[in-house]
Amino acid sequence: MTQWERFVFTFFNQEVIARYLPSIAKGFVVTIEVAVLVVACGLALGLVLALVRSFQLRAVNAAIVAYADVLRAMPPLVLLTLVYFGLPTVGLTFSGFVSTWLTLTLVLSAFAEEIFWAGITSVPKGQWEAARSTGLGFGQALISVVFPQAVRLTIPPLTNRTIALTKMTALGTVVGLGEIINQATTAQAFSGNASPLVVGAFAYVILFLPVVVLARWIETRFAWRRQ
Amino acid sequence: MESLIYNFFNLDIMWRAMPFLLRGFGMTVLLCLIVVPLGCVGGLMVALLGGVPSRWVRWPVMAYVDFFRAFPPLVLLIFIYAGVPFAGIDVPAIAAVVIGFFLNTSAYYGEILRAGIESVGYGQTEAARSTGLTKLQALTYVIVPQAVRNVLPDLVSNTLEVVKLTALASVVALPELLYAANMARSITFNPSPVMAAAIIYLILLWPLVRLIARLEHRVGMARH
Repeated sequence: MTQWERFVFTFFNQEVIARYLPSIAKGFVVTIEVAVLVVACGLALGLVLALVRSFQLRAVNAAIVAYADVLRAMPPLVLLTLVYFGLPTVGLTFSGFVSTWLTLTLVLSAFAEEIFWAGITSVPKGQWEAARSTGLGFGQALISVVFPQAVRLTIPPLTNRTIALTKMTALGTVVGLGEIINQATTAQAFSGNASPLVVGAFAYVILFLPVVVLARWIETRFAWRRQ
Repeated sequence: MESLIYNFFNLDIMWRAMPFLLRGFGMTVLLCLIVVPLGCVGGLMVALLGGVPSRWVRWPVMAYVDFFRAFPPLVLLIFIYAGVPFAGIDVPAIAAVVIGFFLNTSAYYGEILRAGIESVGYGQTEAARSTGLTKLQALTYVIVPQAVRNVLPDLVSNTLEVVKLTALASVVALPELLYAANMARSITFNPSPVMAAAIIYLILLWPLVRLIARLEHRVGMARH
């Protein structure tokens, strides 16, 4: 074998790829499932927390700030380890899927809460006053006037954070979740060939490159305008 | 409740695991001290090259940034650690981690610094050049300092992310804090060491979270 043939045999082995492509495709679907669930639940929870925070109840706000601070300071992998390996000792056993989803949802909700809250506070006070003076209630002013303006400002940071969290679905491999990289490393171990890892890497690029390009576009589209 | 305390806040086990955890913590700090400066320097290179007029330079740099922003850092680590040895090159865990994190963080720092450099008006360059500074001097003394100041919250925020990222090194068996905690957990059959590691991360990083909130607030104020 020439050097080149050896390289192709090791990294682009068609036979190995054909054998393990179905399992990596299954991992692809699992990655998407977890990512979609995390984004939906994390953003929703973050939004609810930010809206609750705008009612300015002191004890509640302190709790929300503490929640957001702890989850933003903690490496997600540490949290995942606690959830998956720690909680069963107190009788709460979650599957790899649920542990990954729960961990990433909590982390995303903490970041989303902070971003939504920054958006809400960035809307000038005059908007609140004007809305209230036209006879809108507190809730109505929040939902119909302040929130729509806040969302626009939050879109670029929120997109970046959301993408970062969806990429973290790869952490699931540590708790045995059969997503892309988990399937790829398993296949690599069985076949003794690096091709499944290359396929896994391609799968991530196919999945996330369009998202990153989209994010770049959104960033310029909704960029903060400086006065 | 007792079971919760016994399993998560077992002081006896935490105390016995502490020397082990501290050694892991030392590795985490060392890793940060290597990865953060390297990432910043790489990011600055990326930002400067990304602003070069020639598209033959700019486009590959943009592709580099987008590629490594799209690629999950854990996948990158595993790919380097488990894949590259197949090419006959032996990669120690620490090298895999440093290379993987360099590729990832330089892309992120690069994006941030590019935005910072763009935020400094072109008049600044012209003024600096007209006083007789060379291009390099203008960059070093006039443009980059202002750029860094303008994007300071994002830079600090990214640094926090990098420090949190170092926990991934445990997956490729680099004995940093989380790895040490996991070892202690599997020896004692008790998750308290991981809780202790979580608390150490919190003590280390919570001030940074607060600092970022403060910086963001200050920049926000300055804009209004």
